[in-house]
Amino acid sequence: MRGRPNLYTSYSSESRLFPTRTQQVAIGIAFLLLLLMPFDLPVIDQIPLIRFLGDNSWLRVVNRMLIFCIAALGLNILSGLGGQVSLGHAFFMGVGAYTAVLVGGPGSANLWGWGLPIWIWLPASGVVAAVVGILVAPAAVRVRGLYLAITTLGLVFIGLHLSRVFPEIAGPGSLGRKWPKLELRLWKEENPILDFSRDGHWFWFDISDNQKTYYFLLALLTVFALWAANLARTRTGRALAAIRDQDVAAEIMGVPETKYKTIAFAISSCYAGVAGALLASISGQMPPEAWDLILSVEFVAILLIGGMGRVSGALAGTFFVVLSPRFVEEIIEWMTKQAEGDGAFSGLWDSIISLGSGDFGIVSISETALGYPIPYSALDEIIYGALIVIFMLFEPLGLYGIWINVRNYWKGWPFSY
Amino acid sequence: MTEIPMLLATSGFDTFVQTLFKALALGSLYSMLALGFVLIFKATQTVNFSHGALALAGTWFLSMLFIDWDIPGRFIPGPSWLHWGIALLLAMTVTALFGLIIERLTIRPMIGEPIFSMAVITLGLEVIIRVIADDAVRLTPRALGIPWGSDTFSLGGALVAWSYVAAVVMAALVFFAVWRFLRTRTGVAMQATAFDQEAALAQGINVGMIFAIAWAAGSALAAAAGIFASMSPWAAAGVASREGAFFAFRALPAVIVGGLDSVVGALAGGMLIGFVEIFAGQYLSSYANILGFGYQQVIPYVVMLIALLIKPYGLFGTEEVRRV
Repeated sequence: MRGRPNLYTSYSSESRLFPTRTQQVAIGIAFLLLLLMPFDLPVIDQIPLIRFLGDNSWLRVVNRMLIFCIAALGLNILSGLGGQVSLGHAFFMGVGAYTAVLVGGPGSANLWGWGLPIWIWLPASGVVAAVVGILVAPAAVRVRGLYLAITTLGLVFIGLHLSRVFPEIAGPGSLGRKWPKLELRLWKEENPILDFSRDGHWFWFDISDNQKTYYFLLALLTVFALWAANLARTRTGRALAAIRDQDVAAEIMGVPETKYKTIAFAISSCYAGVAGALLASISGQMPPEAWDLILSVEFVAILLIGGMGRVSGALAGTFFVVLSPRFVEEIIEWMTKQAEGDGAFSGLWDSIISLGSGDFGIVSISETALGYPIPYSALDEIIYGALIVIFMLFEPLGLYGIWINVRNYWKGWPFSY
Repeated sequence: MTEIPMLLATSGFDTFVQTLFKALALGSLYSMLALGFVLIFKATQTVNFSHGALALAGTWFLSMLFIDWDIPGRFIPGPSWLHWGIALLLAMTVTALFGLIIERLTIRPMIGEPIFSMAVITLGLEVIIRVIADDAVRLTPRALGIPWGSDTFSLGGALVAWSYVAAVVMAALVFFAVWRFLRTRTGVAMQATAFDQEAALAQGINVGMIFAIAWAAGSALAAAAGIFASMSPWAAAGVASREGAFFAFRALPAVIVGGLDSVVGALAGGMLIGFVEIFAGQYLSSYANILGFGYQQVIPYVVMLIALLIKPYGLFGTEEVRRV
């Protein structure tokens, strides 16, 4: 039976986490690459468009992406596996973040905070968000489809208002309050055992704060990704898939709909809560308005661009959505350099980039100027919106659909048509 | 739009009259927005999340036409209120054309695809239109040149802003027009399309045309609602950036409470939400330190959650029959 990857002779061999040898090897290589990624590698830092890999500013974006991966995996359980599309993910992230700052943040006269260590505040943020998810579920389970999307959208606005009602938790000003850093302490002692937010020295290497944070987040993401992948193989996962595919039929076959939808809400909110706490922690300071509708939409976009219902889809979608603005920035920087120089195509690039006031071009290199030459901070958002539209129009299965097409082409070669 | 200034009134009854007018006006605005959502939902079975962005774009078109280019004024003589009325119609037309283009490029190819894909496309459009319009409006609010400005008249002891009356009149006109339209041949065709696209197609109805009409009408309604929501008591009498786009999200509870596919529901839901928001804002303001500053803005969502618990498809919405 060896060497026939798609021939399964038992149910258990088909439902393994990584059923084929190819997948095992691919996962191994991907993991090795991920371990090497935070370093300035000798060859890569010479290649023009990707030479920034390993930079500190780049790593900050990558760390953000890892956190978004965790949140996207959570939404994937609810929307991809359970078929319940929610626009309230940002609300649950906010719940997690404010739990973290309440449990782990420093307290003062007009700010609440108990200053407990990370091994309490990080799990607490997940648990509290899950409990809030369970509380919301009775209302959300009754509605379906677009009604559900709009109901959960209401949660985001209610959450924003709650942050105004409790300035003791959310902080008084528009800047927001300071979150606890990623530091491992046993209790409230002065010096942390492990400090992810300062440069340091591990074994024989000097290691920067961002690299440390990267490894911490990567470890967390691995745990959460394995949990999410495993969930699809369990009784809960199968029940959710049945509800997604045909809820009435599932209920007739004895799958309790309300119970499993509530479980899906709880698990998804737990992921969101942990991700929210981490995001706020590495950002340091965040206003309540950061947890708004746009963030929720971003996660729906991530799932649709990556491909609904798959762990790999959620991860690929996050890579694409969170990292593409940085690539756009790099490309524009490169075009600006070309336009200023006198290479063969400098005229072409000059017609796209507006170098100063009065210069013809679509994109302005200034970040603050508003108006017609589009500042590239706005360009990022426009490209992001356009990506959603284009993917939905031309590849509804997302990146996963593209991958299926490519794979089938090579599988069927030379008879691929 | 964030702050609704309280007009001073002397007696309790005058306060009530003022609040009533204000509630009627806000209810009309919500109803107009809700009607746009409902028209597009009826034809295409999808919620148009880019409605607020279209409203913002429509308001910006009016400002460009009337203030920057002086469009009807440079061609025809007449009083300025007439020019403004023509500019308003022009802005609605331009927005309708804009809606047509959007529909042709992004919605028409999605016929037969899952409705959620279409809803997400409109979310993507929302981002694009809002960012571009936001960028075009720039930081300072643009003037709209509204003829009655922030004038008020007194009714007994109560002060009523003219823009309240204008919003109510506009909403009445719009609802009358839509009500008439739904009884024409095309309107009936639209209702048939809403019921079953394939069956309508088999009966010889041009479903693509129905989509186009719904989007054009929905966009024009969005523009009208956006313009009338940018008047003096609601906003600083000009195109507010970003806030304007989010205003439409506050009308979503109205649509849900009324039912996504009901014109009567849009009117009832919009009025209900408008009344609850304004009356709660007026008569619960002494509890503001418990409820939190700006509590009246979340009341629509709370009403929506309660309404959904009682009636999952809204007050007038058609209950979905699910088959296995």
